[in-house]
Amino acid sequence: MKIIKKAQSGSFESSDIIVLIEPVVEKSGRNIEIDSSVMLEFGDAIAKLILDKLDEYNITDIHLIVKDKGALEPTINARLETAIMRACDLQKGTL
Amino acid sequence: MLYIPGNNPAMLQQGGIYGADSILLDLEDAVALNQKDAARILVRNVLKSINFYNTEVCVRINHLDTPFGLEDLEEIAPLQPDAIRYPKTETVEELAKLIQIIEAIEDKHNLPHDKMTIHAMIETALGVQNVFEIAKFSKRVDAITIGGQDLTADMNIKSTKEGSGIDLARKMIVMAAKANKIDAIDTVFVDINDEDGLRIDTEYAKQIGFSGKAVINPRQIDIIHDVYMPTEEEIRKAYRIVLEFKKNKKEGIGAFAIDGKMIDAPIMTRATQVLELANIDFNSI
Amino acid sequence: MKNIIGREVPEYIEGIGKTDMFIGAWEKLKKGWMDEPTIPPPNKAKTPHLSKICETLEEAIKKTSPKDGMTVSFHHHLRNGDNILVRSIEILANMGIKNITLASSSLNEVHNPILKYLKDGTITKIWSSGIRGDIGKAVSEGVLDIPVIIHSHGGRVRAIHTGKINLDLAIVAASAADEEGNATGSHGKSAFGSLGYASIDMRYAKQVIVITDTMVEYPCIPISITQNFVDYVVKVDSIGDASKIATGSTRITKSPMDLRIAKIAADVIEHSGLFVPGFSFQVGAGGASLAVAKFIREKMIKSKIKGSFILGGVTSYVVDMLNEGLFNAIFDVQSFDAAVSSSLMENSNHIEIPAALYANPYNCGCMTNKLDIVVLGALEIDLDFNVNVITGSDGTIRGASGGHSDTASGANLTIVVCPSFRGRLPIVKKYIHTVVTPGETVDVLVTERGICVNPIKPELEENLKKAGLNVRKIQDLQEEVEAIVGKVKEVEYTDKIVGIVEYRDGTIIDVIRQVKK
Repeated sequence: MKIIKKAQSGSFESSDIIVLIEPVVEKSGRNIEIDSSVMLEFGDAIAKLILDKLDEYNITDIHLIVKDKGALEPTINARLETAIMRACDLQKGTL
Repeated sequence: MLYIPGNNPAMLQQGGIYGADSILLDLEDAVALNQKDAARILVRNVLKSINFYNTEVCVRINHLDTPFGLEDLEEIAPLQPDAIRYPKTETVEELAKLIQIIEAIEDKHNLPHDKMTIHAMIETALGVQNVFEIAKFSKRVDAITIGGQDLTADMNIKSTKEGSGIDLARKMIVMAAKANKIDAIDTVFVDINDEDGLRIDTEYAKQIGFSGKAVINPRQIDIIHDVYMPTEEEIRKAYRIVLEFKKNKKEGIGAFAIDGKMIDAPIMTRATQVLELANIDFNSI
Repeated sequence: MKNIIGREVPEYIEGIGKTDMFIGAWEKLKKGWMDEPTIPPPNKAKTPHLSKICETLEEAIKKTSPKDGMTVSFHHHLRNGDNILVRSIEILANMGIKNITLASSSLNEVHNPILKYLKDGTITKIWSSGIRGDIGKAVSEGVLDIPVIIHSHGGRVRAIHTGKINLDLAIVAASAADEEGNATGSHGKSAFGSLGYASIDMRYAKQVIVITDTMVEYPCIPISITQNFVDYVVKVDSIGDASKIATGSTRITKSPMDLRIAKIAADVIEHSGLFVPGFSFQVGAGGASLAVAKFIREKMIKSKIKGSFILGGVTSYVVDMLNEGLFNAIFDVQSFDAAVSSSLMENSNHIEIPAALYANPYNCGCMTNKLDIVVLGALEIDLDFNVNVITGSDGTIRGASGGHSDTASGANLTIVVCPSFRGRLPIVKKYIHTVVTPGETVDVLVTERGICVNPIKPELEENLKKAGLNVRKIQDLQEEVEAIVGKVKEVEYTDKIVGIVEYRDGTIIDVIRQVKK
């Protein structure tokens, strides 16, 4: 899938995560930046979740920034999904 | 019944710990219009993986007349929460349309039609007027609830602590629910710091026949349970009634008296309800 | 080697010596006395009518002839408003004193500025019941060569009696004092309440300076610090930030999670078999712990149960309970909010007690020994109910031992209240970073996801189950928590030991290792 515009999801609240996505030029690969309040304990797990999600949507070129405040896995998944749908202009049923 | 905003992960993930009998994951009024997609996706992910223990889980979707309602159903109905709460129900035609869409989704996913129920929410004068029809329209509708804030707005009256303006509506909704042997759940009490006010309002709701009450903050749950929980004296009396009834039944005696008072069917029914609220198994007596 | 609770503790620790291993919470006490000899307190003399007044803190400190290698002590009753400790260390550093052993009853964020003196060799050793803020982090990273020693409030008294902490100078901040050094924390513009922890310092330090921002006419009443122990008295404009010292009354939390946990803990107490007339009680000042008092208060009124005494760190909430007649007395070693001060002055049943009477294991019975029910917090708890209150999830020092192990050891019913996870970090774990309080002294864990009873208390478990409470195995809870938050990547340590956790009887229960960068 192709990222066509800047998009964001989530919040800075505790137990939530902000996901920012930017389009990049084709074939420039995945540029992922992770910042987390539980970096030491879950940094690797968060990175894996992001890569899995990008694989799932078949996204190869992306600039993705996350700022995590201790979100659980379902929340991270949901925020990633929301941001991706918005960045690909596929979001439905919202203003 | 505890309201949880559908776009708030911190509250969603703790939904099962507060001892609420049911929780309502809200995609409607608690979610900003430009976050409807985010909340829907979050609630879907949470429903899949968070354990809410014995708490009944309902999801309030947006009305089908909005651009969000249909998408809400497409995402949520396949996960079969215990119930879907439908806002601003006004006519049986609306209800028919809702059920038709739900059943189409269920068919698509090979899901049964009798598992997930519907809570019809009455929030307008028209809804109140049609509530008897709504309550009896489908066996999927197993509860009628009232949205006090919206109803007050629809009636163009001032919202008061006593809620005298919506008193008739509350009673009509209870009556419609009782007539069809389904639950009636009362509206929220909005001032979370007024514990005495909440107690008085809940006592009134219990008195006029509501089977439960919605809350917007977990701190309100204990007071509502306290009001609805029968007193020790009531439990003891109910226990005696059931005990005597069972003993007499064995001996083939239909009517009997306790402390000089005739025990008839309605009293028996009430006694079993008291024991049920106190979590005492009828069969264990 | 592994000690009796399975913690890896070396038999010899560089800078400390041979390790006296922890052998069980009450083993050493069974003997009835302490083997280690106590040191005599100093004998001092003054001729009549000599003035003790010094113009500045600097003058007073200079008069005590500080020297390299000295031990200087402070108390932490000024909470996060204290500026006496930092000022005193600055004065000593400016005099060029090196190798100081700092023996403050606790260290908080407000003491961050002294970090530079740990780096430049002014301070080389620390004894404390807790270290928060930058100092804790720096110590964990290895800023000191000699490990810090974490003691409990009761253990500190024992360490001073035995001379393990040998106090050369005690600097005692008071909110009111007179010219002879009689002093109190219960009135004055910076009133903070009890001076319980400073009592042992005044008796044992070779020199004692009392510093206050409110001089009163002789005599200063009530007398917490007495003139016969005081060498010098200093009046300064301020002993610290009044807004952080003289805090208003501590409010009950509004956090639904803390309230939920507190409500369950109160139900546990009610059905424990110990909720009977004459029970004694202690709660902390933190969220869920203090909130337990709110629910217990309601239950006491409803069941018309009157308790005996409230112990420990005291908040205005429990003072209200005393005034309502729910308890007969409060024994106050530390006031958590300054709103307590007036009660300490006016109510003869609200009694200030020294740390020795509060929690020292080596006497004929400290008050924690008389405690029925205590409610404590935790940073981490393991499957054997061992509790960590000193190191955070990243393995660095950021908490306080305080009276945790003292009260747990004494109480008939020790309840630990905490969420099963915080943010995404698990609190109930298979392996915890540091043990401060041994599991054998902890009876029950209360979380938002269920109650776990220590298997050494089967009757308690039976009582709670009969009452219909949600009792479950701690192993199940731990597994559930891990499933919710995911598997934590474990912290890696080097071999360097940066801290030692002394149990209240003086044995070593655990060590804290340097975190690998």
